[in-house]
Amino acid sequence: MIHHDVIVVGGGLSGLRAAIEAKRAGVDVAILSQVHPCRSHSGAAQGGINAALGNHPDGADDTWEKHAFDTTKGGDYLVDQDAAIQMAKDAIGIIYEMDHWGCLFSRFNDGRIAQRPFGGAGFPRCCYGLDKTGHYLLHTLVEQAYRLQIKMYVEQYVAKLIVHDGVCQGVVTYDMIHGGFESFTANAVVIATGGAGRTYSNSTNSIISTGSGMFMAYHAGVPLKDMEFVQFHPTGLFTTNILMTEGARGEGGYLVNGLGERFMEKYAPKFMELAPRDITARSIQTEINEGRGVNGQGYVHLDLRHLGAEKILERLPGIRDLAIHFEGVDPIEEPIPVVPSQHYWMGGIDTNVDGATPMPGLYAAGECACVSVHGANRLGGNSLLETIVFGRRAGADVVRYLETLTDKRPNARTAFATAQLMEQMIDELGAKNGTENVYVLRAEMTETMKEHYGLFRDEATMKAGIEKLLSIKERVKNVGLRWTGRVFNVDMIRTVEFEGMVDLALCVAEGALARTESRGAHFRTDHNTRDDVNWLKHTLAYYRPDTPGPRLDAKPVTLGPFELQERKY
Amino acid sequence: MSDIKFRLKRQDPRDKENPEAHWEEYTVKYEGENLTVLEGLFYIQESLDPSLSFRYGCGQSICGSCAMYINGAYRLACQTNVKHLAADVITVAPMPHLPLIKDMIVDMDDFFAKYEQIKPWLIRNSPDPEKELIQSAKDAKKIEMPSDCILCGSCYSSCPSAWGEENYLGPAALLKAYRFEVDTRDEAGRERMPDWDNERGVYRCHTIMNCVEACPKELNPTEGIEWLKRAAVRRKVFRRAK
Repeated sequence: MIHHDVIVVGGGLSGLRAAIEAKRAGVDVAILSQVHPCRSHSGAAQGGINAALGNHPDGADDTWEKHAFDTTKGGDYLVDQDAAIQMAKDAIGIIYEMDHWGCLFSRFNDGRIAQRPFGGAGFPRCCYGLDKTGHYLLHTLVEQAYRLQIKMYVEQYVAKLIVHDGVCQGVVTYDMIHGGFESFTANAVVIATGGAGRTYSNSTNSIISTGSGMFMAYHAGVPLKDMEFVQFHPTGLFTTNILMTEGARGEGGYLVNGLGERFMEKYAPKFMELAPRDITARSIQTEINEGRGVNGQGYVHLDLRHLGAEKILERLPGIRDLAIHFEGVDPIEEPIPVVPSQHYWMGGIDTNVDGATPMPGLYAAGECACVSVHGANRLGGNSLLETIVFGRRAGADVVRYLETLTDKRPNARTAFATAQLMEQMIDELGAKNGTENVYVLRAEMTETMKEHYGLFRDEATMKAGIEKLLSIKERVKNVGLRWTGRVFNVDMIRTVEFEGMVDLALCVAEGALARTESRGAHFRTDHNTRDDVNWLKHTLAYYRPDTPGPRLDAKPVTLGPFELQERKY
Repeated sequence: MSDIKFRLKRQDPRDKENPEAHWEEYTVKYEGENLTVLEGLFYIQESLDPSLSFRYGCGQSICGSCAMYINGAYRLACQTNVKHLAADVITVAPMPHLPLIKDMIVDMDDFFAKYEQIKPWLIRNSPDPEKELIQSAKDAKKIEMPSDCILCGSCYSSCPSAWGEENYLGPAALLKAYRFEVDTRDEAGRERMPDWDNERGVYRCHTIMNCVEACPKELNPTEGIEWLKRAAVRRKVFRRAK
């Protein structure tokens, strides 16, 4: 049994920033991560991070108020406005801090941080480092974590929360290198494990983005909020769904259909290719569905050729490499075949603006959390921002929480028992003669999510999807562990986490079926308008151990200075 | 449906019955014309042999998890399409010259300890300005190449100087030192120098350039190391040199 005052689960941007904040306040903090922190999914982010610096000549009048407004409108007003305002305010200092820590930012000629236009934003406010912004930010925070000598336990798969009398007191992990289960006790735990993109078969996300932190909290009784809102990025590569940054359109790239038309003028005449992602993705899918895909196929073109080789090499070298390696297309010479692809999880663990969940001692930040700052649809450039802003805030609040505790000794008996329970579960799985193949089930589930809970939803399709998910959930009982070795058992992790992924899928499905309106990324062909009278509220999903699928509840949206209006771009 | 043969180097040193390295062959089936080596490994793990261990992360060549020795070269498994290898058999082994944990999993602890050794963070002494530190576009460009390193370990595993001297920092850590020394915002002066200006540092590099060939991101660690050697001379000859 190992003890730290604070345990951070996940070493991406949110987790690192939370740990840095706690460490700087003198708290004993450790990061536990399934991969080395520098391998986290944050590093795959490309286009940039929003802050109203006003460095761009066209952005001189930009303010954090306007950033908060764009965020709220982009989120189709399901945004808690106090949170959006807080994020937009904090954004400016966050960017300068990352610069002072050495992050690579592309620069204007005067040496200030460059900014580019991004979707749904009234001003060019997206700061960037070429098209590898996430990679540069992530390595900068990894470097700071080393500088501060933050303890990192690498390749520890966190499997379970330790909860004593309703208070979170640590986690149980599978130590992949040494091959055993370990309990880590703590006075507070911050979950920062990222999204659950891999519950969809067409995701841009890392293979490790399975939502493990979300279902861990969910199983412990913490509600998940707004899970029906899943973002599809307009431009994933056609064959692999690998991300082609929105920055490509920010730099002037066109979306073109099979007839050679810049079709976005039909859907968003003012913003064109830089409409918010929900609108752009649906526009692309409409073109494809109506037979105007390229060569009658299921994709459209992202055309960068008119930008010229120099600009592509200078601003977008990363996606050029990806297009060459993974699609066999050089964007300098040819247009890139793209399709809308699952990209971001707006919903997540219910937290306040300081990352606190309803469970004492448990915090969450980043994509696994739902503050709610993105509402029904996240704007590009706001997710990197969210990770650092709310990671920092969670780290600061954890320190305040620790000061309020009188008894700082986690219950060792509970910690020990939780680890034993985990061991027992693995032993039982290993002894079972499984009749179902977990990878067959996984493929069925991810395909069900893609087909039944995609860009366009309707009651009949969603009900059929729930039937499938429930049957998969039932069949999971017949899955056994095929190899019981303890060292770096990839098969064990992928088997054990699957049921949690199905539970998250059911939260999406039930939430989407219940919400009889269209808002942001949740679009229903049978209820195609926003219904503020009945549905201007958050969905909460609670785990039920004895019944498959969540118990749904609601929570009011925090309104503020921005009045509800119809979204037009 | 196509199929292709994979030949994997397997070893579990902690397996009492079979602790030795050995090769195993698998037939990987796939649809369409594309299959990455990483997809092939997942197929084997899912359908043929659940005991196979390998690292994976993003699947899009940015996380640096899946560097392996594939058909005689250092490659990221996720970025390598078997059709480009133009071979009948795909041979996959863990990165050589690193301690083995199991199958494709090598011990990266020393690699990261050496990274930490060179103080891989921006060192500043002056108070931070209210806004950003001004850096020209030209100066920002200088840190691009070394900042693109994904710490996959290919260069370190490929370097004969590292094979012969276990305390040699190796190309990745030195490239990181270069990344900060060349950054106009860095104020370390000579603070970082004792960590790389010695026999365990830049002078152990004999410009064999294996690292340049091995790097899956096509970076040039040797260029960074040569810059550091020149900087060391400059700083020793001219007291005020940066």
